[in-house]
Amino acid sequence: MQHWTILPILLPLLVASAMLLPPLSSRIQWLRIASIGTLAILTILATLQVATVITEGTQLYILGGWSPPFGIVLVADKVSALLVLLTSFLALCCMIYACADHDKGGEFFHPLFLFQVMGINGAFLTGDLFNLFVFFEVLLIASYALLVHSGGKNKTQAAVHYVVINLLGSSLFLFGLGILYGTLGTLNIADMAVKVSQLPESETILAKIGGLLLLIVFGLKSAMLPLQFWLSKTYSSASAPVAALFAIMTKVGIYSIFRVFTVIFGDDAGELANFSVDWLWPLAILTISIGSLGVLASPTLKLLASNLVVVSAGTLLVAAALHSELAIAGALYYIVHSTLVTAGLFLLADVIAKQRGQAEDRLVNSRALSQPKLIGFGFAILALTIIGMPPFSGFIGKIMVLNSAETMATRLWIWPVILMSSLITLVAFSRATSKLFWKTPNTKNTAVEKAHPYEVTAIVLLILGAPLLVLFGGPMTEYVIQAAADLHNMDVSVYPLLPEES
Amino acid sequence: MEGIYAFCVGMLTACGIFLTLRGRTFSVVLGLTMLSYAVNLFLFASGRLAIDSAVILGESEIYADPLPQALVLTAIVIGFAMTAFVVILAMRARADLGNDHVDGKDPDEVAASMTLNKKGEIN
Repeated sequence: MQHWTILPILLPLLVASAMLLPPLSSRIQWLRIASIGTLAILTILATLQVATVITEGTQLYILGGWSPPFGIVLVADKVSALLVLLTSFLALCCMIYACADHDKGGEFFHPLFLFQVMGINGAFLTGDLFNLFVFFEVLLIASYALLVHSGGKNKTQAAVHYVVINLLGSSLFLFGLGILYGTLGTLNIADMAVKVSQLPESETILAKIGGLLLLIVFGLKSAMLPLQFWLSKTYSSASAPVAALFAIMTKVGIYSIFRVFTVIFGDDAGELANFSVDWLWPLAILTISIGSLGVLASPTLKLLASNLVVVSAGTLLVAAALHSELAIAGALYYIVHSTLVTAGLFLLADVIAKQRGQAEDRLVNSRALSQPKLIGFGFAILALTIIGMPPFSGFIGKIMVLNSAETMATRLWIWPVILMSSLITLVAFSRATSKLFWKTPNTKNTAVEKAHPYEVTAIVLLILGAPLLVLFGGPMTEYVIQAAADLHNMDVSVYPLLPEES
Repeated sequence: MEGIYAFCVGMLTACGIFLTLRGRTFSVVLGLTMLSYAVNLFLFASGRLAIDSAVILGESEIYADPLPQALVLTAIVIGFAMTAFVVILAMRARADLGNDHVDGKDPDEVAASMTLNKKGEIN
């Protein structure tokens, strides 16, 4: 029981390392069984962890027995546990999809995939800012290699931009950490939250600079407005299972913003309380706008899905700008929903591209799909969910975010923007649907292969999230509201993680 | 000492940023490397600069903060791996795309390949 907290990091690490060694490394069937098995076990473990967190509260894992604030700690609170579960489940679906021969395009797909899962889980679980940097690097270096998986000019070119901008981001992250360590003298998140309110006045400006540098870095990861240009090209050129897994990567940035700017620089930070809000407001609203324009202008289905990632990042940043308990709760629900459906859309776009021959996923008139009913049904559910139509999860997610704007002024800013972006998404999806499914010649398409059963299974599992999140909407909203309340409450999110005397 | 140190870090950062903004992958890689040097020096200084201080208690009158040194070590290792990766990627891009421009298209070649037709329009 005691060591459960670290298993979501250790298990993928150990299995991925074993995959590089002889008995596994050259046998593709064994690798597939090992990957799917590991991720299935991880999903079960993560579910148990969520159950443990509900009954027993936040789990603190002190590595090597070096007590905080000096040693490294892992913290599984309600937010982390939920996101680890989301990552594991998403990775399982992507891996099932990849096993339909998508993993043969290049070497080391399986170990890299597990290393990336390890990095993402680590980033969610860590209770230490420097460790967050380390796990960012782990997930990034795996993602660099996964991005160029199965090769091609487009991928190499997208990878150059992606790698350079993320290396710059890593440098800025370290500058920010250096400044914060120089002023606060600690990198343990809980300890920083205590120290930041006791800062002498002469040092607050330095801490603010450090905090803003971190905001730039997290903004870069989560595709905040001036830093989102890398995203659409990277995501649309990656191979389908990789792009679907990348759907969670922007959420790592959002999670870091929630963690750092509500726990450390939150309501109790003295002079520095909520200083990020002034920046987040305009940027979040502009991110939604530019994402919506991108959705409208997308010539291919994959680009459309990539721009939807930007829109959902903008919506989550709005919640971060509101920074109330209700807003963060809404955002957590929205993270789960949007990750699952966007990943589903990336996978479905790949299946559609394969069945349309030369037209691929471009939104032009072309021959009919070979399985129009099956794919059309899935596409319709995904589209309705993303637009935010009842009865699917997008509706509840958007309502929760809209509802958390409590004052008239914030409503005037948020409601028109989010509702307009929903309308624009609706227009874009109507156009895509008519091009992909309706404006097709009557000749039946028999030449193209049908979707592989693994592919169908993966997509169905992801789509199931939409109705399930509504069916279990009651317990789910209760959980996220509790999680957001814990994040805001220093008595839960900070003091229990430090030794008694402080 | 602080002045010279700060000047060096600032100079390295400025050069790094300038080179990163260039159009060829080689200078971008050099820029990233310089930036990571600047970061390492900067992190080291976050534990305050002091002369004649060991990181072990009892070895000297004042002791230095050991944590920034550990952080720098980690940052160096990660920076080294990332540099190796970006160099390989740059070479791969050179091979795949046929030039070493970061956008995959050489602006000089693009300009040279544009010839005017008889009507004076760009082909």
